Amino acid sequence: MQEDRLIIKGIEFSSRLWIGTGKYKDFEETVKVVEASGADVVTVAVRRVNIIDRKSPNLLDYVDPKKYKILPNTAGCYTVEDALRYSRLAREAGVSDMIKLEVIGDEKTLFPDTVGLLAATEILAKEGFVVFPYTNDDPIVAKRLEDAGAAAVMPLGAPIGSGLGIRNPYNLKIILEAAKVPIIVDAGVGTSSDATIAMELGCDAVLINTAIAGAKDPIMMAEAMKYAVISGRLAYKAGRIGKKLYATASSPLEGMLI
Amino acid sequence: MDINNYMNIKLNGKDHLTKALTISQLLNELGIVSERVAVEVNRRIIKKADFDNYPVKEGDIVEIVNFVGGG
Repeated sequence: MQEDRLIIKGIEFSSRLWIGTGKYKDFEETVKVVEASGADVVTVAVRRVNIIDRKSPNLLDYVDPKKYKILPNTAGCYTVEDALRYSRLAREAGVSDMIKLEVIGDEKTLFPDTVGLLAATEILAKEGFVVFPYTNDDPIVAKRLEDAGAAAVMPLGAPIGSGLGIRNPYNLKIILEAAKVPIIVDAGVGTSSDATIAMELGCDAVLINTAIAGAKDPIMMAEAMKYAVISGRLAYKAGRIGKKLYATASSPLEGMLI
Repeated sequence: MDINNYMNIKLNGKDHLTKALTISQLLNELGIVSERVAVEVNRRIIKKADFDNYPVKEGDIVEIVNFVGGG
């Protein structure tokens, strides 16, 4: 197969499936999932060190930053100020200049506050961060984020953890048509076909956490997602047939018995 | 324990007694490897290169963060 690498701001990615590391049973399971998925990007959250139980294991002892690209997020941040604070702390922790920027607008939907997101994207891009803003499926906002210096734009397929799939493929299509930066679907995927749909639309990658972590067999689901993303990407590049209302025979009429 | 040798700081949201005079000493005292953490003192992020010299003072609000599983 021809090389089809995703490159963002000079960073080369070996997989178009990106993996979140939240909600797993333990770090052993996390590692198995990451390996089964074939992903080379894993997202992480920034939180206080456990002072009381200092012997508690550290995620990065399991998911080796030399082997995987660590993408810290600003999950849980509801203001620009907090998102900037977490981003800067994440960078200072010393594994990455990349940030999956979340400025959440509402607890129930976890939809992004796109006004704050845009402001934070602009500031962090100027500070040299490789910014991956988590946004909704609004084509105008996607464009504005690109203009503000986002390295890629990460529209949701559906609310985080909802498993509702790609709720608005037409908006994604419009975002993709206008985009000059990669588009990575973040959130909403429920099962493998959702990931395939995102890739068939022409998205550059898909980020998945809950659909894998919450599956009965997360490791098997990670493998399913790996093939789903590859499949969708190939189908996109191969170019699907047009849709028609009526049948077109696949077998020749010539040579039939009269 | 001689309470006079200790300073009271707010560490990750909790009261904490420490003898550490610098960030490096504090991390050492806590058994935390500085490699993959970030430290904030009174809302100011401290660069790793400054850990050895940055002082810890009575009443400081110190945050030490690292990476955990997240989406």
